Amino acid sequence: MKRLLGLLTIGILVSSFASYGLAETRLRMSTTTSTENSGLLKVLLPPFEKANNVKVDVISVGTGKALKLGENGDVDVVFVHSRPAEDKFVSEGFGVDRKDVMYNDYVILGPKNDPAGIKGIKSAIEAFKKIAETKSMFVSRGDDSGTDKQERSIWKAAGITPQSPWYIEAGSGMGAVLQMANEKNAYTLSDRGTYISYEKKIDLVILGEGEKTLFNPYGIIAVNPKKHPNAQYELAKKFIDYVTGPEGQKIIQDYTLEGKQLFFPDAKK
Amino acid sequence: MHFLSESIYKAFLLVLNLDPEVYQIVWTSIYISFWSTTLSASVGIPLGALVALKNFRGKPALLLLLNTSMALPTVVIGLFCYAILSRMGPLGDLGLLFTPTGIALGLFVLATPISANLTVAAIQNLDSRLTLTCKMLGASPLQEFWLTMKEARFAVMAAIVIAFGRVVSEVGIAMMLGGNIRGFTRTMTTAIALETSKGEFELGLALGFVLMLVALVINGMIFFVQKGRL
Repeated sequence: MKRLLGLLTIGILVSSFASYGLAETRLRMSTTTSTENSGLLKVLLPPFEKANNVKVDVISVGTGKALKLGENGDVDVVFVHSRPAEDKFVSEGFGVDRKDVMYNDYVILGPKNDPAGIKGIKSAIEAFKKIAETKSMFVSRGDDSGTDKQERSIWKAAGITPQSPWYIEAGSGMGAVLQMANEKNAYTLSDRGTYISYEKKIDLVILGEGEKTLFNPYGIIAVNPKKHPNAQYELAKKFIDYVTGPEGQKIIQDYTLEGKQLFFPDAKK
Repeated sequence: MHFLSESIYKAFLLVLNLDPEVYQIVWTSIYISFWSTTLSASVGIPLGALVALKNFRGKPALLLLLNTSMALPTVVIGLFCYAILSRMGPLGDLGLLFTPTGIALGLFVLATPISANLTVAAIQNLDSRLTLTCKMLGASPLQEFWLTMKEARFAVMAAIVIAFGRVVSEVGIAMMLGGNIRGFTRTMTTAIALETSKGEFELGLALGFVLMLVALVINGMIFFVQKGRL
């Protein structure tokens, strides 16, 4: 038994050095849960990793935290969706080379019987007003993510300060919020990608879509090497060029989930 | 009921199919837990013995501190270590954030008070005549430490098992310091959290069963070591 344990310990030691000792280049990217959970990164990253012999470490969190990690210099590149927050990130000198990558859109989801009667209302702002008037239950991300920021800007535009008990701040990711809204028969705002991947698991339906306020653009930003000399700027720049270049854009164009296109490439030349 | 049976079925498939991603995740968990437990035992047990056997100024304060630190929420430990390991923090240049080593360090902070406290308790439970006998027979402090450890071995072993159980099941620190990076720092617990957030409840629960299985095997090994050797 003693020998067995000894062998095991040596085994663990040796293989741990084998698997973690060999330092390969790693590019760290913080991104939003929507890009990771939709499965897009699983097809977008491998060609780049192969061509440059590099490993892209993906840390998927809300947009707010993703940018915070960039501010602290803990990642090399951020891939998020909240234009005002991105512009602030760049103007404060934390990021450089911001580029548009792609967009999808938000959808307003709710129970089939639609207690607030928002189906058919074109404007998202009007729909939100109706939800508040009827005090229908609404589940918010409440986690400072891109979706959360977008939702708050719609409430603000509607001139409403949403309040409990009908307004619930979940403080969770999109998936968890969809499940919560589903359980509570509530309304919520979701990015289309996450909704498509959940469509079969929940009863919520799309009650509002296709309007300008629901447009959801994604941007990619390199962490400023002047702020953080450790940041791998060259590699980050290469990655940005790849994602916004013809190869990356084509992969984004061709990516489908359940037969539906999730993201629409819109990098400018 | 259907949901639960489905999960158990999936757990079996996961184990049997030798899915490399799952094995990588299980392996990362074991690797990190092994190192943090070993490290915390090698610091915590001598520290606990020192506190239990010696009288010194500030001993009650140290005991109080050790006991209090057992109540630290893992997210707070995670945040604290993030502040230290981040590029902005004092150890930022080592680049340990979002690596398995980073997680292991956080778990070390979590597990050390546990091994220390339980060692203190183990020694205090011993016959108080042991220390006296040691002193009377003129044992050196090291000899005294060794004899005490020998007497308290079962309880100290239990301390290690408990510390291991705590770190292998921990999720806050692993998420905060590891970042749940696929194929690198994704552990069983962060994978479970991720699958749950994606709505893949069956897969999450299945991974939970795998975690239990791993814990069972490791505890079984320790159990046999205790029975066979000591």
